[in-house]
Amino acid sequence: MKKIQLTIGVTGLNNTDNPGPGIPVIRALRDSHDFELRIIGLAYENLEPGIYMKDLVDKTYQIPYPSIGEKDFIQRLEYINNKENLDIIIPNFDAELHTFMKSKEHLESIGIKTYLPTFKQFEERDKTNLPGYGEKYEIKVPFSKPVVSYADIDNLEKNFDYPVLVKGKFYDAYIAYNKEQVITHFNKISAKWGVPVIVQEFIRGTEVNMVALGDGEGNTIAAVPMRKQYITDKGKAWGGITIGDEELLKLTTKLIKETKWRGGMEIEMIKNAKGDYYLIEINPRIPAWVYLAVAAGQNIPEALVKLALGKKVPPFKSYEIGKMFIRYSYDMIGDIAQFEKLSMSGEL
Amino acid sequence: MKIRNNIAISDSGFVFDSNNGESFTLNKIGLEILQMLKNSRTEEEITQKIVKKYDVDIETFEQNYFDFVGMLRHFNLFENESF
Amino acid sequence: MKKLKYERPIINKIQSGMPDKFGMSTRVQTISDVEGIPVVNIIKNYGSPTFVLSEQTIRDTYQEAREAFTTRYPKVQFAWSYKTNYLNAVCKIFHSEGSWAEVVSGFEYDKAIDNGVKGAHIIFNGPDKSDEYLAKSIENDSFIHIDHFDEFYSLIRIAAKSSKKAKVAIRVNMDTGIYPQWDRFGFNYENGDAWNVLNKIMLSKDLELVGLHTHIGTYILTPNAYGVAASKLAELAVRVYRKFNYVISYIDMGGGFASKNTLKGAYLPGKDTCPTFDDYAESITNALINSEIQPENLPTLILETGRALIDDAGYLVGTVLANKRLVSSRRATIIDIGVNLLFTSFWYEHEVYPVKEVSEQTEDTTIYGPLCMNIDVIREVIKFPLLQKGDPVIIPRVGAYNMTQWMQFITLRPNIILIDTSKNIHVIREEETNEVFSRQEKLPEHLS
Repeated sequence: MKKIQLTIGVTGLNNTDNPGPGIPVIRALRDSHDFELRIIGLAYENLEPGIYMKDLVDKTYQIPYPSIGEKDFIQRLEYINNKENLDIIIPNFDAELHTFMKSKEHLESIGIKTYLPTFKQFEERDKTNLPGYGEKYEIKVPFSKPVVSYADIDNLEKNFDYPVLVKGKFYDAYIAYNKEQVITHFNKISAKWGVPVIVQEFIRGTEVNMVALGDGEGNTIAAVPMRKQYITDKGKAWGGITIGDEELLKLTTKLIKETKWRGGMEIEMIKNAKGDYYLIEINPRIPAWVYLAVAAGQNIPEALVKLALGKKVPPFKSYEIGKMFIRYSYDMIGDIAQFEKLSMSGEL
Repeated sequence: MKIRNNIAISDSGFVFDSNNGESFTLNKIGLEILQMLKNSRTEEEITQKIVKKYDVDIETFEQNYFDFVGMLRHFNLFENESF
Repeated sequence: MKKLKYERPIINKIQSGMPDKFGMSTRVQTISDVEGIPVVNIIKNYGSPTFVLSEQTIRDTYQEAREAFTTRYPKVQFAWSYKTNYLNAVCKIFHSEGSWAEVVSGFEYDKAIDNGVKGAHIIFNGPDKSDEYLAKSIENDSFIHIDHFDEFYSLIRIAAKSSKKAKVAIRVNMDTGIYPQWDRFGFNYENGDAWNVLNKIMLSKDLELVGLHTHIGTYILTPNAYGVAASKLAELAVRVYRKFNYVISYIDMGGGFASKNTLKGAYLPGKDTCPTFDDYAESITNALINSEIQPENLPTLILETGRALIDDAGYLVGTVLANKRLVSSRRATIIDIGVNLLFTSFWYEHEVYPVKEVSEQTEDTTIYGPLCMNIDVIREVIKFPLLQKGDPVIIPRVGAYNMTQWMQFITLRPNIILIDTSKNIHVIREEETNEVFSRQEKLPEHLS
């Protein structure tokens, strides 16, 4: 079969100790036998490791943070598209999804496809709406409340026992054992990601995660559950193993069927001692540990690209249980000349 | 007022301080001025040259120059000076 | 030899982990005119600063909002929220488009009457309605939106003395899934207070129940919350119908639609996140149409949208007073527009634009107002080009609240001009003079 030639833009090249999914996504795409790829990295910061990974990323352009406004953001993408003729962009950064979803039609008009959830799906699963979401889809969720001010923190003790989790709208989650810690985390998170900040009941149990892909018609194209084996102080998995959790798979298929989820997603759940599953969060994009799913037999980024191209993708039927990932850090060597080029031209 | 020896100025306007690893960017006029300072040109010489070459009056340039040099000082690009 | 274009010298530190020049837009936008009238001319003729309003924008925005609702629902009525901007010229534009008046004080009530609004087209909201104005409202057939039980009993007492029945609605507060939940105004839905007072009204011989009102909050970015609110009001209407066989004639969804200004603390700019009138309309009208209210009994839908209708039409033009470099090396620019005029800068990240093309170079800048007060900050940090003293600046989207919440503090309030649809300029509020203020003051004899 002839390989499909594609130029794909990928964000989230921050493969640090709090990794973005960009590099794992690219690695998965490079594994595909069906594509002939040119990968364009889209980087926000000048030290995102992916920029310097020449075997994975063909060329990187710096782009402005979406907080600059849709117009300027898209203008930069148009500039890049004029040079590179992008076929697809895979956004991997939560805070940019709103902008990409909003510009979906415009991007399509200049030949760039995306494969993202609808606004309704995106907003419904927002952390601030979790209780409503749980009720609607009959899934247990920890009690949680959005907080916008100190006054709200004063009222929390009526509803919560410590410890609680304090979470940002897009990123960051900290555990707090008393009110002062809640205030400290609130200040830190709201300065970075704005309000509301979410305070959530802390559920004790085993954290199990699911990476999945929905085709927008209710079908689950791919789904691989993983148990974190080692968690960093930032709450990120450092090691994980695929598991054969039927219950979790059932929950995922049901959720995708009822919401008609379109695109990649990560479902974070906690299974308590009684065996009850609590939905903690749904991330509306592929997670950084996606390469584990690839190794277990489900190349989710590849399938996502095919869906974006409008191809029919049959659902994966199985995956290998007991595959593990062990994350490691590695010191790449760069040179000030590269840094200079990137800083002065915005391209490398 | 002398620019430190370990300040590398590239023609692209990229400045690298090899002492502490900090880097900076300059615009075109900033680059010209920094190069002149590096070559130990005096303020008068610099002003003359810029005012002759660019469409700017002495008063405006003096204000901007003062501000620019203030930033260079803030970024610690000069050799130790005594006030 | 022709001299080259000058640009001031600049050096920026590259922050690792921060977007640098290519991480950000390099193009500096300018706004040189309002409705074709050059900003420099406005400043020359009307002073600096000056508030500028565009009649065209007001009418266009209003028509867009009206269309969003009337294409989805049979009976729609807008009521202009006086507190958002009660300049007579502005109110009259809205009234000429068909808006009623929504007032929250005796002062605003009289203003509406003076603007030629019929009593029966005035909605009286808020927790502060004096006996005198309650009586006046009854006589004029205005709609009184009851806020609390004390007001309910006052109204019973006053209406008993009148030959007319008081036309009343109740304000309902409720959980619509948004935060913060406003519970200080009106009667709560969930705890049964709202149902309780509705029963009392239905049993009173002097009160006539005409409507149900809610106002769920301010700057609401989730249209869905309005849908929830409309469903709850519709449910109350259905309960009233079932128990008393009585049809409520209107449902008033209040205001609170967001504008395109960016709230402090928001990650994405308001321009990107602000829902359209269509989004709000879709949510509200779907909730009403899909409710159990029978089609022939569908109530009139009243909207008291203020901010979203007027914010875009207002501009503040002003002038740079000075530049300085703060100890932290941050650049600071001082302009003659302070928080005394731009009250909304306490909660918005207002956009500030140069009027003339200047350097492409920007720097993180703090923009201060002219007041001798530490809190007088227009923008904590903004990528801004270096303007020189005397350069004009313009701040768009200031039409809501600033011309009512402004303060006479340290300095006097400036001219407000209106550019009409034929591009003629009218001063619609004159700048204040010392005389205006001395007139209000009285000196005790021993000090004069």
